[in-house]
Amino acid sequence: MGAGSLIMLFICGVAFAGGGIALSWVLAKSSPNTAKGEAYECGIPSTGTSWIQFNVGYYLFALIFLVFDVELVFMYPWAVVVKEVGMVALVEILIFMFILFMGLVYAWKKGALKWM
Amino acid sequence: MEWGDIIYKSILVVCVFSVSLLVAMYSTYAERKIAAFLQDRLGPNRAGPFGILQPVADGVKMFMKEEIIPDVSNKALFIIGPSVAMFTACMTGVVIPWGTELVIGGKHYPLQVTDVNIGILYLFGVVSIGVYGIMIGGWASNNKYSLLGAIRASSQMISYELAMGLSIVALIMMTGTLSVREIAAQQVGWHWNVLYQPFGCLLFMICAFAETNRAPFDLPECETELVGGYHTEYSSMKLGFYLFAEYINMFISSAVIATLYFGGYNMPFIGRWVHDPNWMAILGTVFFFCKIFFFIFLFMWVRWTLPRFRYDQLMNLGWKILIPLALLHVAATGVVMWLTGQIH
Amino acid sequence: MTVYLFYLLSFIAILSALMVVFSRNPVYSVLYLIVTFFAIAGHYVLLNAQFLAAVHVIVYAGAIMVLFLYVIMMLNLNTYNEMQKANWLRFGAVVSGCLLMVVLVGSLKGAETMQPGAVHDANIGLVSNLGNVLFKEFLLPFEVSSLLFLAAMTGAVMLGKKSIRS
Repeated sequence: MGAGSLIMLFICGVAFAGGGIALSWVLAKSSPNTAKGEAYECGIPSTGTSWIQFNVGYYLFALIFLVFDVELVFMYPWAVVVKEVGMVALVEILIFMFILFMGLVYAWKKGALKWM
Repeated sequence: MEWGDIIYKSILVVCVFSVSLLVAMYSTYAERKIAAFLQDRLGPNRAGPFGILQPVADGVKMFMKEEIIPDVSNKALFIIGPSVAMFTACMTGVVIPWGTELVIGGKHYPLQVTDVNIGILYLFGVVSIGVYGIMIGGWASNNKYSLLGAIRASSQMISYELAMGLSIVALIMMTGTLSVREIAAQQVGWHWNVLYQPFGCLLFMICAFAETNRAPFDLPECETELVGGYHTEYSSMKLGFYLFAEYINMFISSAVIATLYFGGYNMPFIGRWVHDPNWMAILGTVFFFCKIFFFIFLFMWVRWTLPRFRYDQLMNLGWKILIPLALLHVAATGVVMWLTGQIH
Repeated sequence: MTVYLFYLLSFIAILSALMVVFSRNPVYSVLYLIVTFFAIAGHYVLLNAQFLAAVHVIVYAGAIMVLFLYVIMMLNLNTYNEMQKANWLRFGAVVSGCLLMVVLVGSLKGAETMQPGAVHDANIGLVSNLGNVLFKEFLLPFEVSSLLFLAAMTGAVMLGKKSIRS
């Protein structure tokens, strides 16, 4: 196991990301003023914060994604051993995928997959 | 682990890291040149011969520009966002087998940083983490365009992650392993997976385009609607990180496509002419990089050819077309494997 | 080496778990929770269960936390002027916290008598072993879990659609 290599890469990544930010902080000039510090809205004075409540429909996708992702995780060990286990595994996953697909069809029919 | 191994691994890690950065740097140049070629212009040609020093100049400029952090933003997260994007982009290169192995003085040096036995899941995990850089940065800006861009980006990435995972499942059914190195080794000669799984390859490539936020899926930074998308408020090196991360992701995606479906470092017919294993390894790596550059070119070619999707079309494509197709593809692969006697 | 890594990861896990509770801003809480999950995934790697580690990162850090972050960012729960919780709610929180504590202590007390490291097979965490066990011995639970997913999906769609309409 290359845990050592992973740690090394981790250090490299952090050093590069942190070093870049630090270097530009040292090199770049800074002359702040209030106009620069405002949120950009095409030149018009910005109205209010953008941290407001959004429509709940947006995170339906995230919910459905979560369910599918867990199902997907089950399919990896299956795909690795399907040749060993044979026919039983194939039938099993076909049933599994059929039920999964029914869920998708249900969400589809209910209009949950419609982007607003 | 001996000291020799540790030193070798360190060198390899630094090499992989710097090659990713170098390729990403020159991808920006290549993109501008290819865009110019496709649009019948000249492209950058002032800095150095043929503008070859342009990426260096751009890099220096990024460092020297004034950094503006909006007063209304969340400052800590504003800095963490691009750092996370850059960091996750850099973490993917380790599991890719860049070549077979070098034999020096009777010792074997594999040209892969680490052969994790779940390499594909490692890649998949890093991809699923990649969304945080954009989400954090877009939210921390406290800008309406940035937030919309971040929401779009995260929805898009999670949607296409599913179809991507399913297309890989079909591949793993055939290879029977999650180790990237073994998958590459199985495709020796002409046994490239794309010949057995052309449809899976197409699905995977479409999803790779969407995951890297490249055109025609570049809606998170759709300038006609959202100014600059999630990085509207960013300037200086932090903007550079976001742009750079995109190019590193493109490089790694090309490497993954080449490894999983197009034979990786395998070069057909090489055994006829070259017998020295070291030369074979080096030629294999060179050939691998040729494949990667072809796919990078493909990414750019598509970007300057196809128009951008509308957002509802993008979500429809992901959820109503790609996911059912990918499920069907897994089932079809299983049935075909049963018919051909690979599953008893 | 492994021992030092264990202590480092444990330290990170506990520190960030405490920060989840103590952060005023829910967005910070979610981010600290992600760090905690990564530290736990590191523990799985130390236990030679790479598959579990990868799945842990994909599902918890990559999917569940994305959902959390999504919700917190969009429902704007980051306001500091949150209303005061009712007293009975606080009382309920204390009671449920104590109950969880009792459960944890109870299960950890049982763990003492267990043989640590009864399974010394280093390959036990490999994905092919897991697949063989899952698809040969636990066929029915696996299929039942798919029904569970269907129920989860239906519930999610119902809840989402209901709040859209109102």
